[in-house]
Amino acid sequence: MTVVRLPAYAAEQHVSQVRVIRSEWTKLRSLPSTIWCLPATVVLVVGVGAGYATLRVARPPTDLSAFDATAISLAGVQLAQFAVGVLGALFVSGEYATGSIRVSLTAVPARLPLLWGKAIALGVATLLSAVPAVLVAFLVGQRILAGRHLNVGLDAPGVARAVLGGALFLTAVGLLGLGLGALLRNTAAGVSALFGLLLGPQLVLGLMPESVSDAAYRYLPAPAGAAVSAVHQDALSLSPWSGLGLLCLYTAVVLGLAGWMLHRRDV
Amino acid sequence: MIEARGLTKRYGDKLAVDGLTFTVNPGLVTGFLGPNGAGKSTTMRMILGLDSPTSGSVLVNGRPYRSHSAPLREVGALLEARSIHPGRSAYNHLLALARTSGIHRSRVDEVIDAVGLTGAARRRAGKFSLGMGQRLGIATALLGDPRTVILDEPLNGLDTEGIRWVRALLRSLAAEGRTVFVSSHLMNEMALAAQHLIVVGAGRLIADTSVTEFVRLYGRSVVRVRTTEPARLTARLDSPDVEVTADGAGALTVAGLTTDQIGAAAGTAGITLLELTAQPASLEEAFIDLTHDAVEHHPTITAGASS
Repeated sequence: MTVVRLPAYAAEQHVSQVRVIRSEWTKLRSLPSTIWCLPATVVLVVGVGAGYATLRVARPPTDLSAFDATAISLAGVQLAQFAVGVLGALFVSGEYATGSIRVSLTAVPARLPLLWGKAIALGVATLLSAVPAVLVAFLVGQRILAGRHLNVGLDAPGVARAVLGGALFLTAVGLLGLGLGALLRNTAAGVSALFGLLLGPQLVLGLMPESVSDAAYRYLPAPAGAAVSAVHQDALSLSPWSGLGLLCLYTAVVLGLAGWMLHRRDV
Repeated sequence: MIEARGLTKRYGDKLAVDGLTFTVNPGLVTGFLGPNGAGKSTTMRMILGLDSPTSGSVLVNGRPYRSHSAPLREVGALLEARSIHPGRSAYNHLLALARTSGIHRSRVDEVIDAVGLTGAARRRAGKFSLGMGQRLGIATALLGDPRTVILDEPLNGLDTEGIRWVRALLRSLAAEGRTVFVSSHLMNEMALAAQHLIVVGAGRLIADTSVTEFVRLYGRSVVRVRTTEPARLTARLDSPDVEVTADGAGALTVAGLTTDQIGAAAGTAGITLLELTAQPASLEEAFIDLTHDAVEHHPTITAGASS
């Protein structure tokens, strides 16, 4: 019979928010299936941007005044938002699916630090992947567009804001996915809600009279967040920072609700 | 120490836990016994602050669990085996848990070695057997060197060697002065592993007593006897405290006497014995009867609470 030999461990072990963030970072980096979402995001942003730029070089615009070279190189962001959002939802719903949420909450019985820890770990990881992704996508895209002299520089008015705003947009969508996963406690429900929230309202608006849809479109989560990446603003959009701010507000509301439910509900 | 006072949990119109009051003392292995669905896991989740009681309260080491600032130091818990993401390694699972409380990396290696998972710790936990999952759960529970250990069905899925290992572990944890609270639906296993028993049925407390007392009350052992003269031996042994039943094939089952007493009685009377075997007490049956009765009549036995 094996006898258990385990030394005592006398060191201090108080839970703190910083420690929980480190714990969540360990969780994020130690799951191959989720951490691969981040390089996939980078590939998607750069690849789609380069592809779309190549397409526009082959079929140059007739009206140069409406041509937004920045938006073309950042086209991949519109796809990558789903990868990032799914990562966010999985990061928390996976714990409910496996039952490991109970282990986590036994270690962090105050509960809320766990959700904030996840949000900060995921937010930082997403931002750290998204910033290089949008920068590389922009530079590669402009290099391709330069073939027809359609390119712009990062120092042109509004361009740097649009490029880095794309990274902020992706981070906000990742956190929105996290909030939905935490609120609904289920991967399928969280991912469906995310897609529904990003795509659904536009479909519903399409069925409404034009006067209504034109007025409301700018306040929908995805179009509001996309405004930050527009160099040429169109009349239907919010201003860049108000748009991103509105998306962040939606995200904060979802995360707040998730925190409230996490605090109250049995697990 | 765990103190439950009137602990109640209601799901819809079903009472999963019905006014449980008990104390689990340090220095002993306390078995938490009941059939499946008796409310054991729900009670353990309430102790750990995962479920909120509908009414009543439970304190761990003097405070509600959710208000402890160094929770892993207070309580180590195994709730379900394999509460781990199948894609993550046991090492990273434990490391993430350790990080919440600033527990050093080296401690993770220590608990992995202690439960014998050294070779498997870096592999994906999805490939673990149930027994390895239980060992990982026990490693999780021991991580913070806790004063109180709560294990839900730690013997499930373990082979004989594993069961003996857990039994020895529980005893040594209790001997170090910790509170050890272990649930099981297997009476015989608990009788061997625990020193004190809290028995529940249908969410209600049925017994809160020492194992010795429980065995004395319910573990009536019997002796199997084969003889050339069953009728004469039966007459010889007859007394108000003794019950002799014949199985028809020449064997007798005697309750209320030891093998020594029966052998001596047969010798005095000059009766030839062909077989004299002590049959182990069926605590399992006693336990099933007890919990079954309790569900219908709900009496509570409290005797000899040793501590």
